[in-house]
Amino acid sequence: MKTTRQLVGAAVLTLVTAAVAAGCGGSSGDDGDVTLRVNLFGKFGYEKAYEQFEKDHPGVKIVETAEGDLGKYNTKLSQQIAANGSAGDVVAIEEGQTVSFLAAADKFVNLQDAAGDTKDQWLPWVWDKATTADGKTTIGLGTDVGGLAMCYRRDLFEKAGLPTDRAELAKQWTTWDDFIEVGKKFQSGIKDDKVHFIDAATNNYNSILMQSGDYTYFDRDDELVVEENPAVKSSWDTAMKMIDADLSAKLVAFSDEWNAGFKNGSFATVACPAWMTAYITEQAGDAGKGLWDIATVPGGGGNWGGSWLGVPKSSKHQELAVELVEYLSGEEGQMLAYESAGRLPSLPALYDDPALTEDTNEYFSDAPTGQLFVAGASSLQPVYLGTKNVPVRDAVENAMRSVENGQRSAAKGWTTAVSDAEKAAR
Amino acid sequence: MSDVRRAERATQARRTSATGPVVPAPTLQAVRAPRGWRKRGGGGRRGTEARVAPYLFVSPFFLIFAVFGLFPLLYTAWVSMHDWSLLSGNEGFVGLGNYQDLATDSQFWRALVNTMGIFVIATIPQLVLATLLAQALNHGLRARTFWRMSVLVPNVTSVAAVGIIFSLIFARDFGIVNWALDSVGIGAIDWQAHRWSSWLAISVMVDWRWTGYNALILLAALQSVPKELYEAARIDGASAWRQFWSITVPMLRPTLVFVTIVATIGGVQLFTEPLLFGSGVNAIAGGTTGQYQTVAMYLVQEAFTGQRFGYAATIAWVLFLLIGVVSAVNLLLLRRIRSAD
Repeated sequence: MKTTRQLVGAAVLTLVTAAVAAGCGGSSGDDGDVTLRVNLFGKFGYEKAYEQFEKDHPGVKIVETAEGDLGKYNTKLSQQIAANGSAGDVVAIEEGQTVSFLAAADKFVNLQDAAGDTKDQWLPWVWDKATTADGKTTIGLGTDVGGLAMCYRRDLFEKAGLPTDRAELAKQWTTWDDFIEVGKKFQSGIKDDKVHFIDAATNNYNSILMQSGDYTYFDRDDELVVEENPAVKSSWDTAMKMIDADLSAKLVAFSDEWNAGFKNGSFATVACPAWMTAYITEQAGDAGKGLWDIATVPGGGGNWGGSWLGVPKSSKHQELAVELVEYLSGEEGQMLAYESAGRLPSLPALYDDPALTEDTNEYFSDAPTGQLFVAGASSLQPVYLGTKNVPVRDAVENAMRSVENGQRSAAKGWTTAVSDAEKAAR
Repeated sequence: MSDVRRAERATQARRTSATGPVVPAPTLQAVRAPRGWRKRGGGGRRGTEARVAPYLFVSPFFLIFAVFGLFPLLYTAWVSMHDWSLLSGNEGFVGLGNYQDLATDSQFWRALVNTMGIFVIATIPQLVLATLLAQALNHGLRARTFWRMSVLVPNVTSVAAVGIIFSLIFARDFGIVNWALDSVGIGAIDWQAHRWSSWLAISVMVDWRWTGYNALILLAALQSVPKELYEAARIDGASAWRQFWSITVPMLRPTLVFVTIVATIGGVQLFTEPLLFGSGVNAIAGGTTGQYQTVAMYLVQEAFTGQRFGYAATIAWVLFLLIGVVSAVNLLLLRRIRSAD
């Protein structure tokens, strides 16, 4: 009798110990089953990197959720961060949103402890952009940068009687005024009022603005200077010249019609960061293969987009999540993302890597994508964006679109841009 | 004339019994069941239980409502009296300052005009169509159930799918509507660029989703109208139109009130359709001059693009009050149906 009871007791004890041990294992991440949730927008191309990380960390499972719509993603992430909800263990922060999330830097794990000593490996502005003004907190590590170039339709250029060679075009449009001249030739040569030289004035306007100084709508004291900063007005005026010359297809970026325009050839050029190549490939489909090519952007260099990875404090596996962020934003993670999704690394050390410099893109008529985008990214000067940059940019862009659509005169558009910007910056 | 009056009087006499079968059946059961239970129990403890029990049974709703309805409502009111940034939190009490700002905010007034405009041009044809559709479905059609279920299909389709399809139908360059207009020589319209055209397109989207749903509710009400009323009216020589206007419409009044209030709540909060209508970056602005931005869209824009949570909470409260006011106005207007007969 006694032995039976002892036996039962021992069995229970063993079970409890085993359960506790398993529980401990789980939380330390050595051999239990930890699930890391990675919350992204669009296509980052991390599949192979996850496999490698899981191999190096047995028992860790990575689950990715990717939202296709960036606006929806930003709204959801803001909600989750504001409410200390479960945003995920690793979240992606898009370029335009870094300033907003820096206002809530206390809700992210400070990555300076983990990566502060290796901060020089990134392009300097990439590190700064996810760091608070006092330099003490870094909420995200840079993954990819945009690295601006200009994508264009070879077939439409040929039809309009223009050169199709990327080196020749780069020579013809060294400045934005040159670009407009090429556009006028295109428009008169194509003889089709359904085909335009540019997709919309706004995307080019943003490229111009980002090239014209070290701040835009806000000065470094975070004061709104939309009216005082001459760079804003001169960029606006250049965009107005494009509208006046009727170069624009007047399409809103990422709208259904813009997407269809890649396939239907509504426009012949589009401002083209590295990630855009994957977007065009998807939108234009197999039929578009070989029709597109890439040249350098007028005005020399630029950036559009790019992302940072951060770890919200709500994460239950912060240490492991930080490790994953370091891996994905490190050389190996960034190269894997470049290979599978065309995301341009933000680590200058990789810019000499033959895998990048010798890379060509078959879809884009074998353009040397690596070289082109690296040239765009490394010549970019850092630009300061204020905390209210997103609403102000939206307001100015919208005023520009209203001029483009003929709803307002250029002069009325500018006064609207200024007053709406002032309202948005409250 | 006197014949018709007699029919109307008959209508009035029947009204009490006609509305009878719709509501009271469950009520009667609910009242009777505890009474029987109490009789069988007899004891004092059981008596208390019986008195408390109904409240306990309904309490889950009120508890859940308190947590998910009342608390957010009051919390929103509190937030609306603060300068409150979405991500960095409370930045100080401002009293009714946000409400004052809102009163002079031209973007808010523009959004309000858009919302009410779309509401009116969507809801009126929708209810008229739904009533006529219900009338048609009430007659002896072949495959009646098939037709009745079909009208509900647009409503069970995901609103996102509806939004995408309609924004393609009304697309500027490749839309089917513009193709049709072009081929009859009217010329393509940039549906999103003008106020009237964007309102119209969004209203079509709303009506596509909700007309069938409302028709089914009105159909249920139609079926509870006693046939004798129509028989009496027919004997008295009332025309079909007169029957519709003097029997059907008054009998449908309570249902019309319900349908209109539900449409008001949905219409004043209209969000997804106009958002999907203008796809692409900054869709929340509702067009380049805000020509189809609704109040709900402005709320979301302030909260998430502008990061002004306190101001967005103010808009939310004003929107809530607005629904109350518009519902009351609709109720008053619909009351006139009864006094008309």
